Amino acid sequence: MFPEEQKQIAAVCVRLHRDSNAKAVLLIGRDGQPIAEAGEVGEIDVTSLSSLTAGNVAATGGISKILREKDFTSQFHEGEKTHVHITLVAGRAILVVLFDERSSLGLVRLRVRRATEEMARLFEQVTRHAASKTGPSILNEITDADIDKLFND
Amino acid sequence: MSFINYSSREINCKLVYYGPGLGGKTTNLQFIYARTSPEAKGKMISLATETERTLFFDFLPLSLGEIRGFKTRFHLYTVPGQVFYDASRKLILKGVDGVVFVADSQNERMEANIESLENLRQNLIEQGYNLDKLPYIIQYNKRDLPNAASMDELRQLLNPTHVPEFEACATTGIGVFETLKSIAKAVLTELKRGGGG
Repeated sequence: MFPEEQKQIAAVCVRLHRDSNAKAVLLIGRDGQPIAEAGEVGEIDVTSLSSLTAGNVAATGGISKILREKDFTSQFHEGEKTHVHITLVAGRAILVVLFDERSSLGLVRLRVRRATEEMARLFEQVTRHAASKTGPSILNEITDADIDKLFND
Repeated sequence: MSFINYSSREINCKLVYYGPGLGGKTTNLQFIYARTSPEAKGKMISLATETERTLFFDFLPLSLGEIRGFKTRFHLYTVPGQVFYDASRKLILKGVDGVVFVADSQNERMEANIESLENLRQNLIEQGYNLDKLPYIIQYNKRDLPNAASMDELRQLLNPTHVPEFEACATTGIGVFETLKSIAKAVLTELKRGGGG
């Protein structure tokens, strides 16, 4: 992922959070790494939530295979106060919207649809960017000495 | 797959502890969790059965310090070792950056070790990886037990490619951090070599 696209993806999350009246929006890699977030995330353990959501999506994907279905593209968990809407984005990432009585499932679904389209375009851009190998990377600057230093007691 | 977050200035990597059932994968993570300062670790999650056997995975996020102003965060996962949880193991390997194979040194677990190692290799292939090209470490656990096989025998059966290896006793912590440091270093070195995020 490149800083430029990362900023644009974060901006889509911010817009989705606002337009859907959600509590929070998270974008997670399918491997469980948090990518971007927006809204009231201060009290949420984002790292744990990301890992468990990716596990959940992976398990649901496993179920779909057994049933010879394509990936289930969205899931909804209804809570007493907080509800969770989970959507796959371009098969690469997971968009999680946490919402309460200030919003509704219909509104979230509507706004998520537009956001996932925008994100899918951005992911395509990332793929093209990666193929051209023009992106800056901190990894190019890391030296063996930097790594050794990290592990010196 | 590692993920570099430029806005929060973090390098995130995924490590998976693999191996036969009851080999000590969860114990490795529990020891790391117990001995790490609170500011360096997140919450440890264990999705286990009523009898404390790993059902889906254990998860422990760890910070190992900064490189060039970027925090290095490692997400440690274990897989369920029992043979019939193969579907879960495949899912957890998604996006893996480095693998620790926790072998059970006991003579009677040798077949289980070999079976699990073959299963690891096969499941990685299904995810598009090659074990010989991934950062990969072997830990021979339970070295303290009287029925432990000799190191020569273990090496011959489980480490034909001579990857880095450590003797351990995860319950007392011997070899646990050595293994973790070694795999974390191998992952960062591989990332640097690949030069992409």
